[in-house]
Amino acid sequence: MTAIPVISAKGLDLTFPTNDGPVHALKGVDLDIGKGEFVSFIGPSGCGKTTFLRCIAALEQPTGGDLTVNGMTPEDARLARAYGYVFQAAGLYPWRTIAGNIRLPLEIMGFAKDEQKKRVEKVLELVDLAGFGGKFPWQLSGGMQQRASIARALSFDADILLMDEPFGALDEIVRDHLNEELLKLWARTGKTIGFVTHSIPEAVYLSTKIVVMSPRPGRITDIIESPLPKDRPLDIRDSSEFLAIAHRVREGLRAGHAYD
Amino acid sequence: MRVIFPVCAVVAVILGMWYVACVPMNIHTTLTDAERAGIAVTPEGAKVRRNEGAVSLALRNTHVWGETFAQAKPRLPAPHQVVAELWETTALKKVTSKRALVFHGWITLSATLLGFGIGSVAGILLAIGIVHSRAMEMSVMPWAIASQTIPILAIAPMIIVVLNSIGLQGLIPKAIISAYLSFFPVVVGMVKGLRSPTAMQLDQMRTWNAGSSQTFWVLRMPASVPYLFASLKIGIAASLVGAIVGELPTGAIRGLGARLLTGSYYGQTIQIWSALFATAILAAALVAIISWFERFTLKRMGVGR
Repeated sequence: MTAIPVISAKGLDLTFPTNDGPVHALKGVDLDIGKGEFVSFIGPSGCGKTTFLRCIAALEQPTGGDLTVNGMTPEDARLARAYGYVFQAAGLYPWRTIAGNIRLPLEIMGFAKDEQKKRVEKVLELVDLAGFGGKFPWQLSGGMQQRASIARALSFDADILLMDEPFGALDEIVRDHLNEELLKLWARTGKTIGFVTHSIPEAVYLSTKIVVMSPRPGRITDIIESPLPKDRPLDIRDSSEFLAIAHRVREGLRAGHAYD
Repeated sequence: MRVIFPVCAVVAVILGMWYVACVPMNIHTTLTDAERAGIAVTPEGAKVRRNEGAVSLALRNTHVWGETFAQAKPRLPAPHQVVAELWETTALKKVTSKRALVFHGWITLSATLLGFGIGSVAGILLAIGIVHSRAMEMSVMPWAIASQTIPILAIAPMIIVVLNSIGLQGLIPKAIISAYLSFFPVVVGMVKGLRSPTAMQLDQMRTWNAGSSQTFWVLRMPASVPYLFASLKIGIAASLVGAIVGELPTGAIRGLGARLLTGSYYGQTIQIWSALFATAILAAALVAIISWFERFTLKRMGVGR
């Protein structure tokens, strides 16, 4: 897509030593992610999709191959605040208000007080939570909490947003709504997004690129460049194009499971 | 109302059992007194009765039951005797009087609070060390556990003697025994609390490049607050026990422990029981105060609803 990839993996390996011998969480993963792309990682449990995301975030150390983020090592990229990370659970601190939670990374990174305030307000608006800053997490629904957690990841304005099944614990209706919101947010901010999911429709609906993975060893079995337009209403999911991509993803997942 | 009834029922049952127990417990002395006063009792003669079972004596002398609740030095004082003594030694005596329970209670309370303060601070500091340093955990935790396996009654006199030899008397040695008992629950609770953040929360901190001191102040410390309060409640009750135990070996003449001791020297069972109840009431009050602080703090943090 673009000349210099934001995230680039070449022959990436990650092996965990366990009592039953080494486990190949990732084996020979090659992937380039360009600026502004929305990349979904889909596959069954143990396929290494979360592990790969954690490698990008320098939460795991690859045991082989190369991985660069913004042309740097993942560790340096983290120090340069290259990414915001959204975990499956919102993980808001119950003793902080929503604004207090969003302010948390800004406090840690040493932003000035008035700058903190400005940014909190901006991202609250971005995730459609303006006016909820003074509430405590338990006063918000699960979907709103997860939006607050996305706001928190956006607050320090990293170019990359890494999301590990952020909507996995939410019900279908809330999930649809948040998917739509996320696309709008992506269009507005132009961030590069890495998105781990279990859901085929979610992956197809959101992504410009779908990475299908399979387990034992964790590897990429298919990379699908989505032909869908950037502007995607929810009912695009009934279009034949959409269904064709979903079918290809399903085929890819099935191929990875051929030995079952 | 649904709560008041069961609570009253339990209290009534305990009081009932207590009164019933008073009859056989005090029947021997009651009969001796009654015989001396010229009342007919069966069988006659204290010597004969000495070999008789208390229950059978009580059943054969139902007419003296009332007297078993009114002995001057009963084996088991009746509840109203204890209440009367408590009332007399708290409300009716000047607080500076040597016979006032408030006076003795304050002596013990001051040692309790000082010891609790020392123990809590020491416990928190130890827990912080243990959470941050594996070496500290390996070197300190076994000693902390070992310290609690030694009976406090065995080690208290030695603490008193050792501290006395360097010129420390009175409040400080008692406070140190209090601290000895109260630091442990605080260490255990705080270690658990400081480790309560999940792996995800710690990963999140790493994604923001938070240092370990930032993680401590922003995440670990607030997360440990509920655990801390649970520990403090145990700690303050243990502190009170420590202060009282600290008063026993010195033959102290002041403090609730001293009341227990002098009571037992002179067979003043009513005094012993009233001191015991004063202790229990004091402990309950201290725990209640901490519970109030807990609710207040958690509410301010936004955690309590």
